[in-house]
Amino acid sequence: MFSHARIEKNSILLTVLTLIVVSIGGLVEIAPLFYLESTIEKVKGMRPYTPLELKGRNIYIREGCYNCHSQMVRSLRDEVERYGHYSLAAESMYDHPFQWGSKRTGPDLARVGGRYSDDWHVAHMNDPRSVVPESIMPGYPFLAETPLRIDQVADHMAANRTVGVPYTDEMIENAQADIKGQLDPFSDEVDGFLERYPNAISRDFDGNPEMVSELDALIAYMQMLGTLVDFDAYKPEENLR
Amino acid sequence: MTYQNVALFADTYGLLYLFVLFLGVVAYALWPRNKKKFDHAARIPLEED
Amino acid sequence: MSVQETAPGNTVISWLMGVLLLAGALIGLMLTAFAADPVMEFHGLLFLLFCVGGVFFLIRYGSAKDDGDPSPYQDSVVRAGVIASMFWGIAGFAAGLMIALQLAFPVLNFDLPWINFGRLRPLHTSAVIFAFGGNVLIATSFHVVQRTCKARLAGGVAPWFVFWGYQLFIVIAATGYLLGVTQSKEYAEPEWYADLWLTLVWVVYLLVFLGTLWKRKEPHIYVANWFYLAFIVTIAMLHIVNNLAVPVSLTGVKSYSLFSGVQDALTQWWYGHNAVGFFLTAGFLGIMYYFVPKRAERPVYSYRLSIVHFWSLIFLYIWAGPHHLHYTALPEWAQTLGMTFSIMLWMPSWGGMINGLMTLSGAWDKLRTDPVIRMLVVSVAFYGMSTFEGPVMSIKAVNSLSHYTDWTVGHVHSGALGWVGFVSFGALYVLTPLLWRRSQLYSLALVSWHFWIASIGIVLYITAMWVSGILQGLMWRAYDSLGFLEYSFVETVEAMHPFYVIRAFGGVLFLAGALIMAYNLWRTVRGDVRVEGVAAARPMAAATAAE
Repeated sequence: MFSHARIEKNSILLTVLTLIVVSIGGLVEIAPLFYLESTIEKVKGMRPYTPLELKGRNIYIREGCYNCHSQMVRSLRDEVERYGHYSLAAESMYDHPFQWGSKRTGPDLARVGGRYSDDWHVAHMNDPRSVVPESIMPGYPFLAETPLRIDQVADHMAANRTVGVPYTDEMIENAQADIKGQLDPFSDEVDGFLERYPNAISRDFDGNPEMVSELDALIAYMQMLGTLVDFDAYKPEENLR
Repeated sequence: MTYQNVALFADTYGLLYLFVLFLGVVAYALWPRNKKKFDHAARIPLEED
Repeated sequence: MSVQETAPGNTVISWLMGVLLLAGALIGLMLTAFAADPVMEFHGLLFLLFCVGGVFFLIRYGSAKDDGDPSPYQDSVVRAGVIASMFWGIAGFAAGLMIALQLAFPVLNFDLPWINFGRLRPLHTSAVIFAFGGNVLIATSFHVVQRTCKARLAGGVAPWFVFWGYQLFIVIAATGYLLGVTQSKEYAEPEWYADLWLTLVWVVYLLVFLGTLWKRKEPHIYVANWFYLAFIVTIAMLHIVNNLAVPVSLTGVKSYSLFSGVQDALTQWWYGHNAVGFFLTAGFLGIMYYFVPKRAERPVYSYRLSIVHFWSLIFLYIWAGPHHLHYTALPEWAQTLGMTFSIMLWMPSWGGMINGLMTLSGAWDKLRTDPVIRMLVVSVAFYGMSTFEGPVMSIKAVNSLSHYTDWTVGHVHSGALGWVGFVSFGALYVLTPLLWRRSQLYSLALVSWHFWIASIGIVLYITAMWVSGILQGLMWRAYDSLGFLEYSFVETVEAMHPFYVIRAFGGVLFLAGALIMAYNLWRTVRGDVRVEGVAAARPMAAATAAE
C-alpha cells in the first residue's frame, strides 16, 4: 500500500514539475507586456471601430482574410516603402483578436485604407481578376448580395467593452443609428455619428444605397485600416524602448 | 515595474536558478545509482504484450 | 491495483457520465431552441444528438464488465483511434490538396462562401493537426501507457468518452469553419463553445492517462509516457489561456478574445509555437520513444539522454514563440529572447534525433528489410532536418527574408509530412496487426510503395516551397538601379504559379501514399496476407506471431 501511494505521488510530481517548467517561459515573456509601460506607444487618433466597421471586421475574420493578408508592416526599408509607416503597437490596441497575420499570399493590408476607391473594392470583391488579372484571390460576389445583419450589433459592442474597448453607453445605445449615419451622409443620424466617431467616413460604400450589404461593412472597415494615427504628431523618440 | 528591473533579475537570479535546475536534471540522469533503474526502464517496450 | 479494476468504481463513472450526458442533452436542446444564429442552432442539435447517442452507448456498454472488451488491455478504443486516424488523415490531406490547387488555379474557389480558400485553410490545418495528429496521439498514448504500465486503461467508459468527445469537437470545429465560424487565431480557430467542450474532454483524457499511471505494475514510468504527459498537460494550459474570450451571447457563436493587439499576438504565438512544440513534437516523440525501440527490437540508444532530452526540450520550447513576430510591434527584448531560445532549442532537438536514430545501431540492416522501420527512421531524420531549419529561420536576419513567404509553409510541411506524418504512419503500421491479432501486415511491398511515393511527394513539396519562398522574399526587397522597388506585389504572385503547381503535385503523391496505406491496413484487418517474394519477407513475422 505504501509503495502504491509513493508511485501515485510520482506521476503527480512529474505533472507538477512539467507544469512549472513550461510556465516559466510564458510568464517571463508574456506577463511583462501587460505591465511594462513601453509596450504600447502613446499616439493620437486611435478610436474604437464604428459599428459598421466592427461588422466589416467580423466579415474579414469570417472569410479568413488573415490567412493570406497580414496587417503588420515590419520596420524594414522595403516594407515601409511599399506599404507605408511601420505598424505601431497602439494601432491594434482595440483589435480583439489581433489580425497581424503570418503569411502574405496577398499584400499587407495594415494601411490599405484610402489607397483604392470604393468602386475598385466593389469590382475587386466581385471578381478580383477583373481589376488585377494575375490575382489568385477568391471572388466574394455573395457579399454584395447578402444583407448585413445588424440586430445584435449593440451586444457585439458591449462584449468588446467587457474586454476593454472604451465604447460609451451612448455609442452602444446608438449602434444601429450609427450604421445608418455612416452609410448616408445626408441622413439625420450622421451628425450624431460623426460626433461619436470624430474622423470616420460617411458614405455608401458598395454603390447600392438600396441595401445595407455585407460588402458595405467590409469596405467601410478596409477604407479605415491604418488611417487613424496622425503620424505628423507621432514622435518615435518619445517612445524609445 | 520597469524593463531594467526585470532584465536585471533575469540576468542574475533567473540565470542562476535555471542553471542549477539544468545541473539537477543532468545529475539525475547521470547518477551512477540510477543506471540500473534506467537500463531496466529502457527495456520496458520490448517486453511481450 | 485490483481496487480500480472492480466494477463498482467503473459503475460510478458510468452513472456520472450518464448524468453528464443527460445534462448535455438538455444544454444541446436549449442551444438549438434559443439559438441566436443558425450555426448555433445546428451545433446545438449536433450536441443534443451526441449526448443522446452517448446515453444509448452507456446503456449498451456501461454496465458490462466496464466497456465490453474482455481482453486484459482496453484495445477496442485504440482500434477505433486507428480507424479515426486513417479517416481524418485522408480527409485532411485531401483538404490540403484542394487548397494547394486553389492557390495554383483560383477558379477552384467557385466564388462560393463555404469552400473558399480562407475557410478551407483552417479546415485543412485543423484536420491534419488535430483530427489526424490528435487521434494518432490519443490512440498511441492509450496503447503505450497500457503496455508500459502493464495495466488496463483507467476509468471504465471514460476512454470512450475521450474518443467520441474528441470526434465531436472535430465535427463542430470543421462544420463551423465551412459556415464561417472562426476566432481567426491560427490553429485555435474554433469558437468559445467548442473550446469549452474540448477542455472538458481534455481533462477527462488527462485523468484517464494519470489514472492508468497510478495503476501501473511497473515501478518506473517509461519515458514515452513523460512526453505524452507533458503534451497533455501543456496543451491544456496553452488551450485555456489562448482561448480566453467573452461571447457576445450564450446562445450565439461569436466571441471577442480577452486580449488585444500586441498582447494577443504574443499569447497567440506562444500558443501557436507550442502547439508545434507539445502537440506535434512532444507527443510524437512519445511515439518515437516507444515504437522505434519496439519495431527495431532494441532498447533506446541512451535512456539517460532521453531524460535530459525531455527536460531541456520542454523547458526551451515554451520560450520560442516570439520568433513568429520579428520586426513587428512586439517589444524588441521579447523578439531577442524568442530568437535566443529558438537557437538553443536546436541542441535538445538533435539530442532526441540522435537518440532515435542510434537506437538502430547494430541493426541497420533492418532499414533494408523492413519498410516500416525505414519509415520510422526517415521520420526521425526529417525531425532532425526541420529542427535545424527552424532555429536558422528564427534568426532575425533570416526571418526578415523568410517570414510571410512560402518558406515558412515549406518548413512546416517538412516537419508535418516528414516527421509527424511518417512517424504516425509507422506507428499505425505497427499497431494494426497487433490490435486486430493478425500475424503480419497484408503487404510489406505496399508499405514500400507508400514510403517511396510519399517521400517523393514531400521532396517536391518542400523544394518547391523553398524556391518560391526565397524567390518571393528576394523579389519583395529588390531595388532597381534608380533606387525604387523593382517589383509590384502582383508580379511576385505571378512568379509563384509554377511552384504552386509542383507543390500541388507533391500533395497528390502524399495523398496517394495514404490511400495505399488505408487499403493495406483494411486488408490487414480483414486478415488477408499477400503472397510476396523473399525480399519483402518480414524478419519479425515470427516475433509478432508469438504475441
